[in-house]
Amino acid sequence: MAKLAVRNLTKTFGANAVLREISFEVADGEFCVLLGPSGCGKTTLLRLVAGLEEASGGMISLDGQRIDDLPPQKRDVAFVFQSYALYPHMSVYENMAFSLRLRRLPEDGIRQRVREAARLLEIEGQLEQKPQELSGGQRQRVAVGRAIVRQPKIFLFDEPLSNLDASLRASMRVELARLHRRLRATILYITHDQAEAMTLGEKIIVLHEGKIQQLGSSSAIYRRPANPFVGRFVGSPQMNLIEGRLDEKRAVFRSGGLEIDLSEALSEGWEGYAGKALTVGIRPEDLLFAGRDDAWAQAEVEIIEDLGSDRFVHLRCGEMELLARIPAHMAVNRGEVIRLTGKPSRLHLFHQGKRVQ
Amino acid sequence: MKNSGRAAALFLFPSFLFVLIFSLVPIFESFRLSFYRMILTLPWLGQKFVGWQNYLDLLTDPVASHSLLTTLIFVTVTVPLEVLLGLAVALVINEPFRGRGLLRAVVLVPWAIPSTVASQMWRFIFNDRYGLFNYFLFGDQTELYLAPLADPQLALGAIMVADVWKTTPFAALMILAGLQAVPDELYEAASVDGAGGWQKFRRITLPMIKPAILLAFLFRTIDALRVFDLVFVMTQGGPADSTNVLQFYGYKKSFAEGMIGAGSAVSVLVFFLALLFALLYIRILG
Amino acid sequence: MIGALSLLPFLWFVLTSVKSAGQITAIPPQIMPAFHADFYRSAVSEHGLFRYLANSVIVAGSTTLISIAIGALAAYALTRFRFSWARSCLMLLLAISMFPQISIAGPVWKILSHLGWLNTYQGISAAYVSLSLPLAIWILSTFFRELPYEIEEAALIDGCSRLQALRKVVLPLAAPGLFTAAILVFIHAWNEFFFALIILTNSNLQTLPVGIALFPGEYTMPWGEIAAASTMATLPLVVLTLLFQRRIIRGLSAGAVKG
Ligand SMILES: Nc1ncnc2c1ncn2[C@@H]1O[C@H](COP(=O)(O)OP(=O)(O)OP(=O)(O)O)[C@@H](O)[C@H]1O
Ligand SMILES: [Mg+2]
Repeated sequence: MAKLAVRNLTKTFGANAVLREISFEVADGEFCVLLGPSGCGKTTLLRLVAGLEEASGGMISLDGQRIDDLPPQKRDVAFVFQSYALYPHMSVYENMAFSLRLRRLPEDGIRQRVREAARLLEIEGQLEQKPQELSGGQRQRVAVGRAIVRQPKIFLFDEPLSNLDASLRASMRVELARLHRRLRATILYITHDQAEAMTLGEKIIVLHEGKIQQLGSSSAIYRRPANPFVGRFVGSPQMNLIEGRLDEKRAVFRSGGLEIDLSEALSEGWEGYAGKALTVGIRPEDLLFAGRDDAWAQAEVEIIEDLGSDRFVHLRCGEMELLARIPAHMAVNRGEVIRLTGKPSRLHLFHQGKRVQ
Repeated sequence: MKNSGRAAALFLFPSFLFVLIFSLVPIFESFRLSFYRMILTLPWLGQKFVGWQNYLDLLTDPVASHSLLTTLIFVTVTVPLEVLLGLAVALVINEPFRGRGLLRAVVLVPWAIPSTVASQMWRFIFNDRYGLFNYFLFGDQTELYLAPLADPQLALGAIMVADVWKTTPFAALMILAGLQAVPDELYEAASVDGAGGWQKFRRITLPMIKPAILLAFLFRTIDALRVFDLVFVMTQGGPADSTNVLQFYGYKKSFAEGMIGAGSAVSVLVFFLALLFALLYIRILG
Repeated sequence: MIGALSLLPFLWFVLTSVKSAGQITAIPPQIMPAFHADFYRSAVSEHGLFRYLANSVIVAGSTTLISIAIGALAAYALTRFRFSWARSCLMLLLAISMFPQISIAGPVWKILSHLGWLNTYQGISAAYVSLSLPLAIWILSTFFRELPYEIEEAALIDGCSRLQALRKVVLPLAAPGLFTAAILVFIHAWNEFFFALIILTNSNLQTLPVGIALFPGEYTMPWGEIAAASTMATLPLVVLTLLFQRRIIRGLSAGAVKG
């Protein structure tokens, strides 16, 4: 296994700059997730690492050795495609043995490695079948198996679970995490599903418009999003973002009929933002229904979505729409007017697209 | 991929070599020679630049203009007939029924037969003493028997029959491809909207396969303009030049008379005729 | 009805080939032949039918092999490598196949005579290869384009070189396409008449279509022998069509290219 380092990686297709000055590292044995919305350049980044695409600038190294000049077959990376890309004319066994054959390993060694991978993935019974005779989940396993037998320096996964149905996806997710623990493999894993990212990733890189928005552990990204985009993209349901302005004289944020005391959240530094535009973010679970005194605003309950375990309450506050997530047992009725508040420590403040605090 | 341009060039090179030597160079040579006077089998006599002379000769040669007329008649009669018949055949073999695969294969047979075989076959059928053609028309009355291939009034018609027989399958295939691309849901939607069989054909099938039909027209026209094999075997351009189509005329000029310059001028003319038709169809296709 | 129209004229010719000499010219025509093999015997012994057949097999066979081999390389490059002039190449091929093939016969004759390749197998095959390449490349490209590129990329990552990926993954998967293109090229080369007519003037080297077209006898045609030779020339094709009807239709409509 190995350490991956990417420095100032840039990729343009014609005039379209898909990746701009990307830099990050994946430590030896680390499970790193690349998270981002569709079209943000995730696949492109992975293909650059694999050598399937040529970089327009920057460098990539594995274990301190530059690999960006090497063709894919010399990079010793394994790639699990979104579509699996199994060889349709070969049996499952042959699919997994193919790369080992190319490296002229002895037949015994090949058999042993393939059997071991098959056992790990529980596809021993399917070894003689052809890919088109397998279910989606089994194909996915074969694709992973084909990568495992290689014992490559790094595993690259491109949304490997996106073609599976929801329950299979959840169980494969757990299996992948288990697999990683057993193999201690270096993994770069793409997904646009933030739940998948949060559960799998030891490190998460949030990519958007070809730039790294934030890089960190899942809890850091959830608790301290670096900008409004990350705030909204990570976490479900989405964070409420409120655009407004800070008072000239006091640490009070105003937006429409809403008034929030930020003296605690901003403490001493508030003067720097006096009179300036701010964005306040608050997650639906952090919105509380208040008593009389400390309320930020009044809001009318428009729609209640009951999910059993808890409820999503859609609120209207003047022009603004807000979403609150409340325990199922809390009584609230449609049309009711309630008072809103929240803990200052749970507020996310952004100024000009950047986190302040 | 890195260096894809260079790798591509490597992969393309062998094909390119063949196409260059035996297609591209000859095409340019054809254009060039049409401005020269040269005897094919006597190259040591040299080439002489004659400018537009070969073309002027074509214009003033009554045989050439008659040949152009013959070719145009041939095209305007056979091509619409083939496409129309092809459409009918395609509609039939597009319907699901038992033995459809076999019928499709059978329909393909005339297309697959070598054209010289087809020519000899039709020559036999049009035979003036014991051909099936005469027997079907006149039965035992052998004194009425015609010699279609020796009759200036009939020879071209006989060749047209052979051509239609041989190439209708091709038109049918092209149209079949178009028919197969029409999604079934469209017909179902039309049925739900209350369309009958004829209306479905008029309002859905025809508009949807219009590109395929035009394409069949285009390919058949280009091909009919250069009809040669049938004429060579069945009539040798005769009788009385009545089937002397352009391509055959050019062949005689080049290889019988050895006047390769004049022959090339005919080739260029045929090429531009084909191009003209192609552009015309492309305009209609939009 | 349609089937009858397309098949009967030819069946008539096939029946003719096994009739006796008297039956051919009989009026009313006799449908039941005497099942004589005389015409085949004389076509072989007096007219060298087997020689023509062998020439046809050699010429059409080598044309097919060469066209498909180098056409596959070209089609692969055109569909798989990203380079700026790929489209222009395909357009050029289309334009070339639009050009009346007969029109280039004169210059081709000149080139072959320079090379000393008139009346040789390599001469006629070379001409045929260049005539079939546009068709072969066009059909093969449509097949290659349908193969998911990712499978090949997977092979590259598994450690294949470009050529290995082509040999071990692409070609096995493209086999149906290769086969289809091969059938069409073969039929085309087997049937071609004009180039064979002018390039192969030595009757020892002529192919079946030329032999059939130039059957000797101005006034009394040896119809029986012609029919016999025609049947021999056509039988392989009819078998191919009956067996591979689906592939042929698919290949012909792929890109709607003329075969
Ligand atoms: N070969 C290419 N040529 C031109 N543009 C490309 C090419 N490949 C990708 N792009 C562009 O690059 C951008 C990023 O594509 P990419 O496939 O990396 O996105 P992604 O993040 O993987 O999206 P998804 O989640 O939908 O897979 C897209 O806007 C796409 O149009
Ligand atoms: Mg992607």
